[in-house]
Amino acid sequence: MQLSRPPVRLGVRLLVLLTFAILPGLTAAFDQPFLLDLALRMMILATAAVSLNLILGYGGMISFGHAAYIGIGAYAVGIPAYYGEYSGYVQLPLAIGAGALFALITGFICLRTKGVYFIMITLAFAQMAYFAFVSIEEYGGDDGLVINLRSKFTGVIDMESTHEFYYVVLVFLVGALYLVSRIVNARFGMVIQGAKDNEPRMQSLGFDTFRYRLACYVIAGAMAAAAGWLMGNYNYFFSPEMMSWTHSGELIFMVVLGGAGSLFGPVLGAIVLIILEEVLSGATVYWPLILGAILISVVLFARGGLEGALAMLERRK
Amino acid sequence: MNTPVLEVRELSKRFGGINATDRVDLDVHEGEILAVIGPNGAGKTTLIAQLAGMLAPDSGRIRFAGRDITGLPPHARARLGMARSFQITSIFDALSVLDNTLLAVQAHAGHSYRFWRRARRDKKLTEPAMAALQQVGLADKAAANARGLSHGEHRQLEIAMALAGTSKLLLLDEPMAGMGGEESARMVDLLRALKSSKSILLIEHDMDVVFALADRITVMVDGKAIASGAPEEIRADENVRRAYLGVETPGDA
Repeated sequence: MQLSRPPVRLGVRLLVLLTFAILPGLTAAFDQPFLLDLALRMMILATAAVSLNLILGYGGMISFGHAAYIGIGAYAVGIPAYYGEYSGYVQLPLAIGAGALFALITGFICLRTKGVYFIMITLAFAQMAYFAFVSIEEYGGDDGLVINLRSKFTGVIDMESTHEFYYVVLVFLVGALYLVSRIVNARFGMVIQGAKDNEPRMQSLGFDTFRYRLACYVIAGAMAAAAGWLMGNYNYFFSPEMMSWTHSGELIFMVVLGGAGSLFGPVLGAIVLIILEEVLSGATVYWPLILGAILISVVLFARGGLEGALAMLERRK
Repeated sequence: MNTPVLEVRELSKRFGGINATDRVDLDVHEGEILAVIGPNGAGKTTLIAQLAGMLAPDSGRIRFAGRDITGLPPHARARLGMARSFQITSIFDALSVLDNTLLAVQAHAGHSYRFWRRARRDKKLTEPAMAALQQVGLADKAAANARGLSHGEHRQLEIAMALAGTSKLLLLDEPMAGMGGEESARMVDLLRALKSSKSILLIEHDMDVVFALADRITVMVDGKAIASGAPEEIRADENVRRAYLGVETPGDA
């Protein structure tokens, strides 16, 4: 029954990933390095959105502070670099470890609340991180600092080469997607989804839902910090602004636009949002207004986001 | 006589001026069905909520499987082998019928910090889950979304979830509510068949069901357990007849 339907979603996934895979060749041939830059930003933010989707889409934990992890990941490149430590073998584990630790500490408190309170307290912690880094003059305060060199994996990958860095980013995106697809279908993921659906029932079945949620929150935080590590390398720059709540909002927008709780939705959301921003901001200074109207329409009329719309297309044909 | 699986002593819970549970004593022995009956508002659901750990009693003790569990949270009690069905259907709407049952199995299959193997392909989970669905007659709906089931099927799924684990004691809060005659009769057969392997505390309004199934009956009125005994004793008990069994119409407290 399923097989006779046109696999629209699968087709879109393959098309998107294939396009990302061959893009460096195309942009070189047509001399459009700007497109490569755009694709890099899409993939990095998509990786972060995929991690947010793990807690928001599958776990029902609406974090309004996910950009904090991007900032933490970027500072994990910048601060060691400031002291002359450029090794990626130091910076990447530092980013992941710091992201996981921040998620563990804040999650321990946030996850005792539900609904709007959870949203507000995740926002509050992200703002605390933001202002903490604003106040550290040593690392540039609110101006941030420039990073001279990207993370070094001497003899393995040359991150300074745009193409090599590009494929590192692509591997992270695909890796994040694969990781989330395994997690949500494993026993752990069943618990996370059950707790989103009906937490008291999970507890009466015998699950200590708080711990499972906390573990999920930590995994998502570590993944987002890895995306932040990419972002710091991509920008050659870090600043507290990366942690600002507007970026957290953007990540939520990507997940909702693409389809919360669908594996590939956040990737589509990131791509479409970034294209919209590019196109609209070129056309009018009032572009955030139009963007807002689009988001409201998605929430009101297309609950499943882009993935939901594609699924509907599959059913109709 | 063997020691009871569940032992409740002097359990009390007040809501404002109302004694919802008033110094209740009861025992459930191994392999026995204890029915708790009483008019609406007698405190049956409040009692179950305290037994399952959703509600903390003001005083009194609950012992289960030889342990004092009065202070334990719901998930810890479930871990010890206490399963519960809800009076108002409580399932996982967004998941399939099989997934619902699978979670109930998984709850008793060790920890769930397993991040890699696909749970739906794990025979250790799917086989007991399917067996439980088979028992309640829902196997052909395994792949369906739980949200789309009929009311009676929701009740069947509730029971399947209570059966799916390795629980010693089932707390069933009006499991037959809203079931058709045929479904209800099937459920009576099923519960009777379970008796050998599990103990059951059953809350039920339908007196035919209660007298068909129960080994012993505890009657609650206004938060008090006014009588406990074998069905024939309860049927003959003057207090019970007056308070509840239809000699006078019970008031909805």
